[in-house]
Amino acid sequence: MRKNGFARHALIETLHTVQSSFGYLDDDSIRFVALSLRVPLSQAYGAATFYHYFTLKPPGKHTVTVCAGTACYIKGADKLIAAAEKRLGIAQGQTTTDGQISLMTARCVGACSRAPVILCDGEVAGEVTREQMLEQLERWAVE
Amino acid sequence: MTIEELEQIAKSVQQENAKYDFEVNVCMDLACASQGAGALKDALVKAAEASDKKVLVRRTGCMGPCSNGPLVRIDPEETLYHHVKAENAPSIVYGLGGSPVPELQCDLNEHFDRQVRVVLENAGYIDPEKIDDYIAHDGYKALLTVLTEMTPNGVIHRITESGLRGRGGGGYPTGLKWGTVAKAKGDVKYVVCNGDEGDPGAFMDRSVMEGDPHRVIEGMAIAAYAIGASKGFIYVRAEYPVAVSRLTTALREARRHGLLGNNICNTPFNFDVEIRLGAGAFVCGEETALIASIEGKRGTPKPRPPYPASSGLWGKPTLINNVETYANIAPIVRNGGKWFHDMGSERSKGTKVFALTGKIANTGLVEVPMGIKLREIIEVIGGGVPGGHKFKAVQTGGPSGGCIPEEMLDVGVSYDALVKMGSIMGSGGMIVMDDTSCMVNVARFFIEFCMTESCGKCIPCRAGTAQMYTLLTRICNGTGTMDDLALLEDLCVTVKETSLCGLGQTAPNPVLSTLKYFRNEYIEHILHKRCPAGVCTMEAIESEKEVVA
Repeated sequence: MRKNGFARHALIETLHTVQSSFGYLDDDSIRFVALSLRVPLSQAYGAATFYHYFTLKPPGKHTVTVCAGTACYIKGADKLIAAAEKRLGIAQGQTTTDGQISLMTARCVGACSRAPVILCDGEVAGEVTREQMLEQLERWAVE
Repeated sequence: MTIEELEQIAKSVQQENAKYDFEVNVCMDLACASQGAGALKDALVKAAEASDKKVLVRRTGCMGPCSNGPLVRIDPEETLYHHVKAENAPSIVYGLGGSPVPELQCDLNEHFDRQVRVVLENAGYIDPEKIDDYIAHDGYKALLTVLTEMTPNGVIHRITESGLRGRGGGGYPTGLKWGTVAKAKGDVKYVVCNGDEGDPGAFMDRSVMEGDPHRVIEGMAIAAYAIGASKGFIYVRAEYPVAVSRLTTALREARRHGLLGNNICNTPFNFDVEIRLGAGAFVCGEETALIASIEGKRGTPKPRPPYPASSGLWGKPTLINNVETYANIAPIVRNGGKWFHDMGSERSKGTKVFALTGKIANTGLVEVPMGIKLREIIEVIGGGVPGGHKFKAVQTGGPSGGCIPEEMLDVGVSYDALVKMGSIMGSGGMIVMDDTSCMVNVARFFIEFCMTESCGKCIPCRAGTAQMYTLLTRICNGTGTMDDLALLEDLCVTVKETSLCGLGQTAPNPVLSTLKYFRNEYIEHILHKRCPAGVCTMEAIESEKEVVA
């Protein structure tokens, strides 16, 4: 916040910083940010829920993000998502009950030439097959 | 910083580079990096140190044909190696000056010969984190020329003369836009760069911001001088962390060199740029929504007029252009408006960068002159559809665009021609589909996208896209009727005509264009409960089977 001079319009920047430090935005942090930047709580909460990038739930220990952009979709990303959902027993956007793995989808990470793309804890992997992805999930699950 | 100092830097970089006999350029763009370009570069540096040849190893931005990555180009011979692994590094260095490594060499002459590079001229040639590299390639020369020799009106005149149109998709004449903002009354004005490349399947703006960030900053500074602004914002998606860090580095270096800040080049001109992060909302590519997002609010669009040109960021006159538009500015100023005007087709000038993806042999970035035939892009530059499959359609313009069938491929690419075909230029994503893609399913995918991305402010878009999604899902399931199809068409027209912003107005395009060219696929789904491409699972048939069993 200090970096942006406590400017009110730097709300989204501040929320980004909070999320990258704590992994998610909880009630306390949104309240704190709103108070410090002197913006209404409704505006801070509104921004936090409007943008897909912000999450209000703590993520799992590992996160697999399947890109659901058009190029990836054409190359079978939907099948990857379905396979991951089946393996983990959760829907996209959820975390397994043991808190080990979160399954997310993204709207295009910009690596379309290597579609279908998944991100394993932020690492980009291109031209992924179902087997490769499941293998990675297996490795995380037994950790 | 003066022009003489700039030339001094360029000269010293050239002298430094002349010390080396060979330059090994490693593409470190996302696609190549995800295939191990980082380890490859380290191995090349090590191999170069071990060898007695004078070799400069440089990381660069995207070279283009990403499907062949990781890519390495050897200069001055211009040998291009593809699918290079770290263990190949010693043999590459050993082969320098002698015979190239045959098994790594790739022949993409045809791929490159048809392209004309303006925006991507430095991509693959400079290190994006070194301002001196950019200056050595005529960087910031245009800005300093403009500041010392041209009037703001002169700049606008040159841009108007070039015939450049906005590269974000709408195709509004850039010179006209600049003129409007320049004339708008107000002591404070803003320059905004729209780097919210939300369109899935497109990544040219990311590549420009990551591979040649100074080019965007220079374009913005020239724009600021022309319209009388002293503050700029670059709005970048948070999904592009590398672009954000490259731009941050570039801004810091530009400030250090006195190319941003107060009294640039000893003139009264002041300009600085701030980065603003998006947070995953497609609608923020719409200019009024983008402004709201920069102000720290939810990204919801506002009715226009007033246009941002008269009342934009914090109610001040604001110029908003796309990354690629700004990237075109410096070359136009350097080479003159006529040079640019001579390229392209009658009403669309210059070149356009396309991100070629999907079922095509050479995926990656291409830059072609306007007016080139779609067939040439796909079959010659793109290398056609691989795996013995048949080309079915090419999707342009992202979720706002449409699908173009094979029989239309001989049309030249221009803003107007694409609109006529029921699609749009968009930011430049081009997704090729073959006979394994179901067009109804693709339309449903886009409507789902627009449905989840709708900001919810106006009803036609919020409720209309949801209803369209339900209808399309029914058709995909095999439970749809011909009445559903009629209703869908009706709904498309309503949503298109009554939505507040560009998202809603163009959301029905994928449905309308597939209905126009692939209507038989819809009919097949409805009447014969059959998906010709074998993509959709027909619930109706499945349940019938259960009843019989």
